[in-house]
Amino acid sequence: MNPNDVLTKAETLRGTLSTSFRDEIVKSLYNEAEVIARRAVKTVQDKKYDLDQKIDRLVTSPLTGLPLMLILLGIVIWLTVSGANVVSEAIANLLFGIGDWGRALFSQIGIPWWITGFLWDGVYLGLAWVVSVMLPPMAIFFPAFTMLEDLGYLPRVAFNLDWLFKKAGAHGKQSLTMAMGFGCNAAGVVATRVIDSPRERLIAILTNNFVPCNGRFPTLIMLATVFVASAFPPALTSFIAAGTVVGVVLIGIAFTFLMSWLLSRTVLKGEASAFTLELPPYRRPNVMRILYTSLIDRTIFVLWRAMQTAAPAGAIIWILANIHVGDSNLARLIADWLNPFGLLLGLDGVILLAYIIAIPANEIVVPTMMMVYMGAGMMVDGPGTSAGIYDLLVHGHGWTMLTAVNLMLFALLHNPCATTIITIYKETKSYKWAAVSVLITLGTAFLVTFLVASAARLFGWV
Amino acid sequence: MTNTKTLLPTEHCESCPAFYTLEQMGFKVGNFDRVVALAGNPNTGKSTLFNALTGLKQHTGNWPGKTVTRAEGGYQFNGVRYKLVDLPGTYSLLSASQDEEVARDFILFGQPDCTIVVTDATALERNLNLVMQVMEITDRVVVALNLMDEARRKGLEVDARSLSRDLGVPAVPISARSGEGIHTLLATVADVINGEIVTKPLRVEGTPEFQKAVNELVPLIEQIAPGVPNARWLAIRLLDGDAKVQQALLSGELTQRVQRQKQADVQFSRKMSVEGRQ
Repeated sequence: MNPNDVLTKAETLRGTLSTSFRDEIVKSLYNEAEVIARRAVKTVQDKKYDLDQKIDRLVTSPLTGLPLMLILLGIVIWLTVSGANVVSEAIANLLFGIGDWGRALFSQIGIPWWITGFLWDGVYLGLAWVVSVMLPPMAIFFPAFTMLEDLGYLPRVAFNLDWLFKKAGAHGKQSLTMAMGFGCNAAGVVATRVIDSPRERLIAILTNNFVPCNGRFPTLIMLATVFVASAFPPALTSFIAAGTVVGVVLIGIAFTFLMSWLLSRTVLKGEASAFTLELPPYRRPNVMRILYTSLIDRTIFVLWRAMQTAAPAGAIIWILANIHVGDSNLARLIADWLNPFGLLLGLDGVILLAYIIAIPANEIVVPTMMMVYMGAGMMVDGPGTSAGIYDLLVHGHGWTMLTAVNLMLFALLHNPCATTIITIYKETKSYKWAAVSVLITLGTAFLVTFLVASAARLFGWV
Repeated sequence: MTNTKTLLPTEHCESCPAFYTLEQMGFKVGNFDRVVALAGNPNTGKSTLFNALTGLKQHTGNWPGKTVTRAEGGYQFNGVRYKLVDLPGTYSLLSASQDEEVARDFILFGQPDCTIVVTDATALERNLNLVMQVMEITDRVVVALNLMDEARRKGLEVDARSLSRDLGVPAVPISARSGEGIHTLLATVADVINGEIVTKPLRVEGTPEFQKAVNELVPLIEQIAPGVPNARWLAIRLLDGDAKVQQALLSGELTQRVQRQKQADVQFSRKMSVEGRQ
């Protein structure tokens, strides 16, 4: 007897059964479950989930659902922006102060300049930048986000966005994986396993990177605060900054839909499949657990990962800036060489160099960029404050509003970080799709920034 | 990451002999005596129960589909070391999505000593569909009636005894969030494993022709894939024309899968649990 015979035997036996035998079994299974459940569950009081239903009517209504979502997102980001501002400066002052002290100490006890430079101006400075730029927003954003997750809000988001995804030819559950992407794109890619159709799953994987992950939020927040909001009266700063970040997030969501639509009309053709989504009851969030998950599991985890890349990145920048070629240095030469292309995109050579160095974890791109600017020539006092950053970039390096806007767009749209690319490869088991995910995002980023820069120049905005 | 911290004690705990016998063992799953699987519909609190028992911090949140891979951890109860496997939530064991396949493969081929099906007491009927499907595969099932507090708030009273009687397997009311009922659950699991509690799972009989067909296929399957558990379930899947099961049978993969589920466990677990962080 071999396996084939068993299959044949099964075929023959199936012939002896009525054609709907499986349906009958499933039906009797369901009937049985119904009877048992009815016997075991007694309704003592007719307390329906009145409040839950009332809230859901508001939260998932076609009229109020989407505006409410925007308001919630706005509140979370506003809290992050205004809270982070207060702490960021204190942390920056402290860390850069320690740097000055360490440098002074080292030179006092006669340690060679290149060791002092490598350690304090390279490795330590990289770490200090990452911690002061990233830690405060994360420590506020993560708990707020986890709170919404614990309440049971995410499935409601999926419910509200379902019709849009369906229109784009994608799976409604993609809004869940997209929401996970706000936490971490690699996690969002893994979460796509809840989508059973391979076609729709691939769309969800390839477009996940269009929502900014937590690593990229600090970049957006910093740029929105320092540049966009500084053009307005101080009283409005935090609102304008939050509004700008919400706007960038919306652009990212728009690109998710656009790219899903394009993919499902071209290489990944097909119809959207139906699914049932359970709306869980609202549950009172467990505050201690939220603090633990968001601060220890997420914040420290993400920060540690950023620090691991920031230390070598700081070292590389210091080395590049200290290899002298004529009266210039290597960092500057590379940045100058990249500059024409950068200007074409409304950016500059230093930003592109920072992106290349920060490929392993591109959330550290702003710290990297600051270090290249400083290392490539000009040192500025008190760069940790937003006024200091503004001064360095605008007066020192000719930044305009276009540079800031395009850098935000580039940060939103560019290629996934190395971890996400590896995760995409692991999930799809295909080099091709991993490469496609990079090409799609990078292509979009180049195209969009180029168009925006050209338009801005054409209309004489800059 | 051994953690001897106890679960939220109440005043009753002091007088309870079971109180001091639970030890959370975190990642220490290298040497275990028994394997227990956690199955259930999405968002019924499997990961919350998993964390409460192992002291690990598997990501939890109030939305269906967080757990997409299996996570493993350990706990020690009355001197016996258990490896606990947290499976992705699933409504059925017949579907094709990857997360559901992870759950199905483990219950089927991983041969856990006991499977706890975590159910939502506020939506029992729908949850029972999965319970009955798991009982098609294995005898050693304990139903954990979770979210009892939520059910009470909703004005529902769930009779665990009536449920146990009807299903033929023990049903234990718990609240994974507050820790209520967890010791009874663990004691019940231990009893099912060592045979103190003999289960008689309710199974759908089907027509006489159906029973005859199943009985004819079972010995054939056992002959070509020796050591395969749940030949009855496989027979039903073959009669149904399940392409995946057919393929697995042809390629000899069935036997391999049994082996693989046994081997892959230890190194896999630590890695997965760490990667599972989000």
